[in-house]
Order: sequence, then structure tokens, then C-alpha cells
Amino acid sequence: MIRLEKRPEASQLMSYASPLIAIVLMLIGGLLLFAFLGKNPIEGFKVFFINPISDLYGVSELLLKATPLMLIAVGLAVGFRANVWNIGAEGQLIVGGIAASAVALYFYESEGIHILILMVIAGAIGGMLWAAIPAFLKTRFNTNEILVSLMLVYVAQLLVSWLVHGPMMDPDGFNFPQSRMFEDPALLPLLSDENRLNFAFVMAIGALLVGYVFMYRSFAGFQMQVAGYAKDAARYAGFSAKRMIWIGLLSGGGMAGLAGMSEVAGPMGQLTEHVSNNYGFAAIIVAFVARLNPVGIFFASLLMALLYLGGEQAQQYLALPSSISNVFQGMLLMFLLGSDVFINYRIRWKEATA
Amino acid sequence: MTSDTDGDQTPRLELHGITKIYPSVIANEDVSLSVKRGEIHAVLGENGAGKSTLMKMIYGVTKADAGEMKWEGEVVQVENPAHARSLGIGMVFQHFSLFETLNVVENVALALPGNPDLKQLADQITEVSNRYGLPVDPGRLVHALSVGERQRVEIIRCLLQNPKLLIMDEPTSVLTPQAVRKLFDTLRQLADEGCSILYISHKLDEIQELCHVATVLRDGKVTGDCIPSEETPKSMASLMIGKELPVPEHSGSSEPGETRLQLNRLSKASDDPFGTSLEDIELEVRSGEILGIAGVSGNGQQELLYALSGEIPVNDADSIVICGTPSGRDLPDQRRGNGMGFVPEERLGRGAVPRMSLTENALLTAHRAGMLKRGMIQFDKIATFASKCIEDFNVKCGGAEHAANSLSGGNLQKFIMGREILLTPKLLVVAQPTWGVDVGAAAFIRQELIDLRNQGTAILVISEELEELFEISDRIAVIADGRISPAKKLADTNIDEIGVWMSGMWDQATPAEVVAHD
Repeated sequence: MIRLEKRPEASQLMSYASPLIAIVLMLIGGLLLFAFLGKNPIEGFKVFFINPISDLYGVSELLLKATPLMLIAVGLAVGFRANVWNIGAEGQLIVGGIAASAVALYFYESEGIHILILMVIAGAIGGMLWAAIPAFLKTRFNTNEILVSLMLVYVAQLLVSWLVHGPMMDPDGFNFPQSRMFEDPALLPLLSDENRLNFAFVMAIGALLVGYVFMYRSFAGFQMQVAGYAKDAARYAGFSAKRMIWIGLLSGGGMAGLAGMSEVAGPMGQLTEHVSNNYGFAAIIVAFVARLNPVGIFFASLLMALLYLGGEQAQQYLALPSSISNVFQGMLLMFLLGSDVFINYRIRWKEATA
Repeated sequence: MTSDTDGDQTPRLELHGITKIYPSVIANEDVSLSVKRGEIHAVLGENGAGKSTLMKMIYGVTKADAGEMKWEGEVVQVENPAHARSLGIGMVFQHFSLFETLNVVENVALALPGNPDLKQLADQITEVSNRYGLPVDPGRLVHALSVGERQRVEIIRCLLQNPKLLIMDEPTSVLTPQAVRKLFDTLRQLADEGCSILYISHKLDEIQELCHVATVLRDGKVTGDCIPSEETPKSMASLMIGKELPVPEHSGSSEPGETRLQLNRLSKASDDPFGTSLEDIELEVRSGEILGIAGVSGNGQQELLYALSGEIPVNDADSIVICGTPSGRDLPDQRRGNGMGFVPEERLGRGAVPRMSLTENALLTAHRAGMLKRGMIQFDKIATFASKCIEDFNVKCGGAEHAANSLSGGNLQKFIMGREILLTPKLLVVAQPTWGVDVGAAAFIRQELIDLRNQGTAILVISEELEELFEISDRIAVIADGRISPAKKLADTNIDEIGVWMSGMWDQATPAEVVAHD
């Protein structure tokens, strides 16, 4: 008989091993899935996980996809550590993208570095404003930030849809629902001529470093962690719960907005209805797989980006639907939550008593 | 099965070599004891000695890893509490398991098999409660009952099943001295009728007064059996803790100095519908004195502590004056800045973060003592502070980097107490300083409080242990139903008077004051 038994102390080892176990289980699950779909599992594995990064260009695409994930995940992790559950990064990304696009279009046909700087600021502020709504409602009326932030995603999606069908539509665009293509001054500089990787990657690495210092070295980060572990202890110490809600939501919103900016000013080069590629939701998985740790976020973002790329490849070469990426993401999260049980519990094999 | 025919000679319960091993600790090792019919048998031991685990095995909540249990001479394997009840074993837990929104009859009915008729059951409850002197109104909602009354409901619930063995787990920790005496009368009556009682406690005087036989546990092992009436509290204590019991020294009265804490008609409606609202609380604590506040739990202690600490601030700033600063609206952090230290009742989760190291836990309140530089944590300074705290306050732990939840209750309490004392507060508010702490650590903590008082700190202690308050306080007041009694000098009062006051009856003596307040 198998029995779950509570560990006397949470296992440190298991808390780091659990994401790795989840990854392995996801791979096994993936192989089985390929087999059930009538594909050769080995071939499927190769197409999904090896082909996308078999050359330097592939690696640059991986980093490009990982960039928004890193930005958002590190911003969310700040709040998650204090149990501030911002689930609406997707919407905050969209609003950040809208704000940055507005700046780009306002300065259409003009020059100067100030355009990009203003776009970065506008993107971050846009995301923060969207996150400020659940923050205000939570601190003022004690609403649930999970629901409010999530519902605002759909509001943001409708907002961007209306904008690209109306006020921000390209006047010379044959009525396609998209903005003008941005000009060079409104695009993030590329890191190399060989590929599409741009300056946003540098910003993401910077964000991870700042995030690390904030979480592990600053007193504010300590306060947030205390609130996440033991709410009553934070109150006993006199840490302001409201301040933490604001910091948690604004950091996630700001970084998601920045990610939105990096998309419109990066690979997309314009505002469309599909600013986001589900990055706002995928980043939640990234943050958890990474144990809310910036170093982990770096690697988990790469993994998640690989799932995106692999999904695209699988569509092309295996004729699988695009939702295959989501299936892998879902398996990863599910297996992670499953193996996280063993952080606090362990299995005991016990002979059934007669 | 037929070996024993003379029922009177067969012990009701026998344990042989009971062993229970938990992942991190051996809770019971080779424990044997024997309970006769009609015997009140004490199981004595410090917190963590394995008393509760042993009882849970008898009651079928957990199972032993080794050893056997005989019930009326026959070997039994108690599968679960229902099985235990069918054998005739009843248990009254330390923490009550009653639904607050249901009334007494409904609560009792829930514990009975089948679907009993409530009206008939109410009559039965009244009958049992009259017979054993356990007055309870079957129709009342549980949330409106005092703690003592709730305990009676639990006892009645057991008695309705005509138990042959009743297990009482630390039953007096929530009772006034008068209620304790009533409970003892009931238990004696039960024993006279042939019911055996296993009485778990760490209170030596009670065991001496009540119990026929005592089995002493230490670190999960039986260290001795004795007949309490032939022992002294001292001799039983040494069996229990393995050494002589240290007694705190109180240097007697000194001149109290300036007022460090003043409450002016502090009132606060409770947010919790089952909580207690504070009404016109007036008191002051001066430098160099310990003011003790006695009371049965649930009479407003929690609410008073939340208001004092600032975890739930009050609207009127002037109703709480800390070291001359009106602080009613301040948050805990600001109040610490005004000179207050605070040790809460719950150590894990409130006074300390369970998963964080002692070093990090030191930072919780010590951050204002130069531990930060431009918002960044000075890890070396905080580690030095934590090590000093561990050393000065004799905290037994693996080191400052170990998590708070790896410490025993007593050692964590020493750490939290040490942390607050090292911050040199002018006023220290302490809730239940030795609750759930073993006897040795309790004596140490009391001595620390007295030493701190001698150095001129004003100390407010809220405790449910009267003996403790009488040991350390200079003055003593009582909280009952959200109101506070006048404070009396220790020399001018005694346990009996405070006991009466604990049921809220100090007004009778001073009716004039009550009128004056209205």
C-alpha cells in the first residue's frame, strides 16, 4: 500500500528537483502523445526539441521568444512571492503594447532616440495602469485580484481589437486590422545583422539581475517574502499589506507592459490584435517552474520558448495542430504541481495490515 | 479469552511496550501502563514528552508501531475512534471539536451513531448534566457558551455513551480555579461509579489533588510510576524534567517609575461575530513593574493584544499612549519606534516565519536596529544579532541558519523573547509567555522577564496561567468579557479573589465605579 506521509521539514532538494522531474514527465508524456497520434515518437521528439535549436539562428529565435517570458515572469515573481496573484499579465502586456504603439505612431516620420525611450516608459506605464486596477480594487474593496486581473485580460483584448479596427488602423492598410508598420526610430536595435534578436534581450537580462537583488538583498523583497510565507507574521512585524499588493501588481504589470513594448517594437514592428502569443499566461508557468527565482526564470523561459518553437515545427513537419504547444505547457504545469506534493510529503511503502 | 473470570481484578486498560516512531522523533518508546477500574490515573510529562501521542493511540486516532493494548484483559487493535467509542473509551480533547453555529443538542447528536431524536436527546443531556453537576442548557448555541461550558458539552457528549474509560487531555488549561474544582468533583463522582479516567497534565498540584496513580513520561519513555499523594510537587517535577525545578527569583517591590503604557477608555468592537468587543479599558504600566492580566481565554485577550500591538489599530489615537506618544492609530512598526516590544501568543506564523531561518526571523522586528543600508539588508549584522540572541537566551538549535519550525516551542519562544529584549524596549507586552513551553524553559523565561523589570522596563503580561502571574507580577488585573478590572497589588489579593473576578464579578464590590462609567 502506498501512503503519503508528511515530511518533518519541507525538502529543499525536492523543491529544486521537482521542476526537473516535471520536465522529464512532460517529455515522456509528449512521446506517448506523439505515439497515440500515430507519429514516430523519436521523430516527434527530434522535430519538437532538437530541430528548433540545431543552428545559431534557431538559438537566436529561442532567445527572442524567451525575452518577453523572462521580463514578465520576473515581474510576476516579485508579487507571487508575497502571494499577490496577478494572473492578468496577458492584458497588461497588451495595454503596454498599445501605449508604446501610441508613442510610435505619434512620432511617426520623426527621428531620435527619445522615441524609443518614451516607448519603453509608455509600455511600462501602460502595463502598470492596467495592473493598478486590481491593486486599487483589492486594497480599497478587498476584491480578489486573481479574478479582476484575469477578467481585465479580455477587456484588454477587446480594447486592442477596437483600436486596430478604428483609431489606430493603418490608413493605407486596405482595412486590415493593424497599425502602420513602425519606422526604424521606433524599433528596438538588433543585436546582430544575422538574426532578429534585439535590445529587449539585454533589458530582460537586466530585469533578472535587478529582480535578483530586489528579492534576495533588499528589505522590501524580504518583506514580500515574509508576507508570502506567513501573513500574520508580516502584520505582526508591521509590514504594510497594501504596499505589498501595490508593489506586487505594479512590478508584474510594468514588466508585462515592457514585454508588450518589446513585441510591437521588436519582431512584430506594428500593433495588431495578436500582440501577445499567450506570453502573459505562459510566464506564470515559467515563474512557477523557476520556483520564483530569477536564475531559474532564465532557464525556464528558454524551456518555454523551446515549446513555442517546437510547436511551430510540429505544425510544419508533423502536421499537428498549433495547440500542441499549449498541450505541452499544460503538461508541464500539471506535472509540476503534481511533483510539488513531494516537497512536503514523501511516499511510504507499507504492507497492508492483515 | 476465558483465562480471567474475576472482572474486578482485571485492569481496564493495559499497555505493553507501546512504541510509536515519527519521521523525526520517537514519540513513545516501550511505554507500559495499567489502569484499574474506577482509577484516576495521571499521565504526567512536559510538552513533547509523548502524552498526547499515547492517548491518540488508545483512542484509535493513530496506530502504534509496536506493542500491544489490552482492554479488559483482551488484546485489541483499536482501528479508529468509532471503534474506541464502541469499546467504551471516550476522550475530551484539549482543543474542542464543536460547531459554533450549532446548538448543544445538535453538536452532541453529530457525535452519536445513527439519527437520534433531538428532543429525547435534550432530555438525556439535562439528565446527565444534573447527575454530574455539569450545568448546560441544551438549546443554546455553542458560540454563546464560555470555554468552561464548551468543555462540559464535550464531557457530556462522552458520558452519554457510558464510557468505561474517559481520557481528559489537559482539561484545566482553559478553566477558572473555581471551574477546576467543579470539574474535579465530577471526575471523582465518575470514578466512584467505576469509570476509569486517564488524566493528562503537566500541572503537578492538580495531579496531587485528584489522581490516585501517576505515570511519568519523559522523552517518550516511562521514567516512573508514583502515587501522587505520597509525593511532593518537587519530587514529581524531578521525575518529569529529570532535574530540580528552578524557581524564579522575584526581588520584591521596587519604586515604579514613569508611565510607559496608558490605556484611556480603549474600546474596540470586534470584527469577528464570535469575538469579544473591548469596552472602556483603562490601565497603566509603569517603568520597573510587571502588570499581569489574568482571564479565561476568549474574554478579549486576543482583541486587546491586537489593539496594543497595532496589528489592528484603533480609531482614537489617545486611547493608547506608548511612552508618552498617542499611538492608537499607529502600525506595529511605528509603535516599536515609540519604544514598545511585543511577544505574541502564536510563535510560529506570527512571532516568527516558520520556513525562514532564525537569522531572517531576527530581521522581522530587528531591522530598525541598524540592519539596513539604503534599503538593502546587512546580512553580516543580522547574523551577529541572531547569534547573540541564540547565545544569550540559551536557544537550543542547530544554528542561526536553521528554520524557525525546526525548533521546539520553548526554544522558539526563547528566541522571540530574546529578539524583543535585545532591542531594548521601554515597554514590553507579552502574551502567554510560557504557553506550551516546558517547565525548564518556562522558568528561564519568567526569570528573564523579572530581570528586565529590574532594569526598569515596563512589562505587561497577559496569561491564562494564574500561578505564573502570581509568580512574576507586581500588580494583577483581570479581563472578563472585554472589560478590565482594577489592578491590585499582589500583596493585596489572592488566587481565590482573582478567580472570582475571572468570571467578571469585580463590580459587585465596587458598584459605584460602574455607575460612574455609564
